[in-house]
Amino acid sequence: MKEKRINGSETPLLEADKLTKIFGTLKACDEIDLKIGTGEIHSLLGENGAGKSTLVKMLFGALQPTSGHIKWKGEAVTVTSPAMGRSLGIGMVFQHFSLFDALTAAENIALSLDEKTPLDTIAVRAREIGEAYGLPVDPEALVGDLSVGERQRIEIIRCLLQNPDLIILDEPTSVLTPQEADLLFVTLERLRSEGKSILYISHRLEEVRRLCDRATVLRHGKVVSQCDPRAETAASLARMMVGSDIHVIERHPDEGAGLQQSLLVEVNGLSQNPRGPFSVSLHDVHLSVRGGEILGIAGVAGNGQGELFEAISGEVLQERPGTIRIRGNDAGRIGISARRKLGAAFVPEERLGHGAVPDMSLTNNLLLSRHSTDRKVFLSGGALKLVAESGLASAAKRVVAKMDVRKSAENPDASALSGGNLQKFLIGRELDRNPSVMIVNQPTWGVDAGAAAHIRQALVDLARSGSAVIVISQDLDELFEISDRIAAMVHGRLSESVPIKEMSRERVGLMMGGAEHAAPQASAGVA
Amino acid sequence: MTMFEAILLTVATAATPLLIAALGELVVERSGVLNLGVEGMMIMGAVCGFAAAQQTGSAWIGMFAGILAGAASSLLFGFLTLTLVTNQVATGLALTLLGLGASAMIGETFVGLPGVKMESLYIPFLTDLPYVGKFLFGQDPIFYISILLTIGVTWFLFKTRAGLTLRAVGDNHTSAHALGVPVVRIRYLAVLFGGACAGLAGAQLSLVYVPQWVENMTAGRGWIALALVVFASWRPWRIFAGAYLFGAVSIGQLHAQALGIGIPSQFMSSLPYLATIIVLVLISRNKRLTLMNTPTSLGKPFVPDR
Repeated sequence: MKEKRINGSETPLLEADKLTKIFGTLKACDEIDLKIGTGEIHSLLGENGAGKSTLVKMLFGALQPTSGHIKWKGEAVTVTSPAMGRSLGIGMVFQHFSLFDALTAAENIALSLDEKTPLDTIAVRAREIGEAYGLPVDPEALVGDLSVGERQRIEIIRCLLQNPDLIILDEPTSVLTPQEADLLFVTLERLRSEGKSILYISHRLEEVRRLCDRATVLRHGKVVSQCDPRAETAASLARMMVGSDIHVIERHPDEGAGLQQSLLVEVNGLSQNPRGPFSVSLHDVHLSVRGGEILGIAGVAGNGQGELFEAISGEVLQERPGTIRIRGNDAGRIGISARRKLGAAFVPEERLGHGAVPDMSLTNNLLLSRHSTDRKVFLSGGALKLVAESGLASAAKRVVAKMDVRKSAENPDASALSGGNLQKFLIGRELDRNPSVMIVNQPTWGVDAGAAAHIRQALVDLARSGSAVIVISQDLDELFEISDRIAAMVHGRLSESVPIKEMSRERVGLMMGGAEHAAPQASAGVA
Repeated sequence: MTMFEAILLTVATAATPLLIAALGELVVERSGVLNLGVEGMMIMGAVCGFAAAQQTGSAWIGMFAGILAGAASSLLFGFLTLTLVTNQVATGLALTLLGLGASAMIGETFVGLPGVKMESLYIPFLTDLPYVGKFLFGQDPIFYISILLTIGVTWFLFKTRAGLTLRAVGDNHTSAHALGVPVVRIRYLAVLFGGACAGLAGAQLSLVYVPQWVENMTAGRGWIALALVVFASWRPWRIFAGAYLFGAVSIGQLHAQALGIGIPSQFMSSLPYLATIIVLVLISRNKRLTLMNTPTSLGKPFVPDR
């Protein structure tokens, strides 16, 4: 039925014909054909680097194709700028929001509307549209104070106020709780029923199967399949995306549960005031992880996960030494290197600028995190502390081989690696020390499926060898795959952890929304 | 004229140049540009204002010459930092040095010459009102301009669309560019406005405050204006309060010294700086609000990528 609507007499809303974009020697998009019908939710699937964002940028006018054509409502068009894309009726909701933190929601919306709209009416219109589509927002609120889900609503309202015919959504649910995602789907279905078309970019296959009418799958810049996702399985879609079967993590659900090993990491009553205007306070956080165990911490971004990570890693010191305990030692008042020497290892969320110095080589980045723990290997000359290049080079080689890091040069700068490969290197850099405590924030964010599987397996293997592992992640599939227990963070509070056997997606969703084991005020986010 | 009236008037005259220069710099910094050349632009305004007035005999022509000189100096800064994307801090410092040197050269032949003083307003009856008449209705035109500027800048920044766009550019120039906002053009206009204000502030010094030309006559007022902007958390009315506080303490300490209070004069002379900074630090101690008002892309170079 859907086939008919697209290939029949009716012209598609948007038609891309052999779109190609070449960057230097790389063909980011290679003769891509795409047809989006009116009133259709069309999914664009593909791994990182498959060419999804390049394609979308060309449709939206942010990039110019090297060759190929775009037809809009049956007529050939050249979209020279995002402003022109908007005036044609193409709206875009970005994955990394282009909002202004210091301005209010209404002011943010006003900026993307034409100049004739008076400022005072925008707040009213935003409220109306928000209510009509189930996207409640407070127009007077400062965007910097809003949660990621609320920011996304502002982006969507901003897009809807321009009355577009085609709305492009880039990974919209990657920042939402399952319940918030459900609300978004209701909104999208309503838009579809009004005859609007949606181009939905995601790598969450279950979502795509549930929501989308058609799917175009990209791999290495080429269209590998155009299909009806409802007729496919998640596994078959994944195979199309990756080109081969994805490695399945080897672990048993009972593993790690009954172990009676000693506590390796403890957080006791960690409370902390916000450290900046957009930082979150922590309230009485307790957790403990035994050797051999993986604790997964779920939560929507910006609920205090970053602050918890900084408190455990030692980037922020605590008042009481006993607030953080690593391998039975009070560690609340000692710095990062001292905590590393106790056997702990840390991989922060941000790879470039936090986990690694972008303009330094891999070996130098290796030295930066391990200069004090592996002093004997990496530094020579006694008090002079000269860099032992040979020791560094062999350690880097070991990490690269173990984690299958793909790089173009012998010892490239960190910024020259793709996100997935750099993440593999950063995790491998810590694993190489066999740490007895490992805490990782968003281990596979923006990492393609193959590399993600590799990283998860490495974390499971580390736990099985007797270490305590804490994984903070927004990806519930990932947490269910590798965790022994899951807890959720909301508004700076950490829920009780629940063993994986007793856990369900609904329950973790409620916990992330604050409905369980959290302050009453927090539950407003779900309703 | 009573003593009270006289003090009020001198306070306003001392505060006005700081207020005008700081308001100009406020707009510049709200757009994300840090121009440390306020002192240099001010002194250019002072010398050109004095020279033009002295040659033509008209204080008004002098005032416009001062504004033009400040704007021209800022255009040089804009070209260097916005078009050639040089370092804003270094370029601003260079502009100050250039202004001090160039003004000394231009002003060499004017040293010691009598200046043209700008006429004060006189409205019969109103100006003669006791206590406040002179202060409200008997001052020089630049005082009234400075009050209008305070109201105007507040209104522009927070009530108009152009002001919203300017704040957006200062908050996040990458996002603003993505929305199709002409970042560089807006910054040029802001820098020009800042230069014109600094020039006007300088002209006030050589046409109203002390109607003559003395080398280096701005005496660090440009730097005070810069500090006012930061300590006022980038908000116009706090700049107003800071400028008048500075004016009041600097006049007050002169009177105190004249009365022969036994406090070292060096300490008294530093009092206005100290008092202004302490008070502004106290009112800006709400860290969250301050960070909220700080233009996030302040001083960061912008190069659009295509």
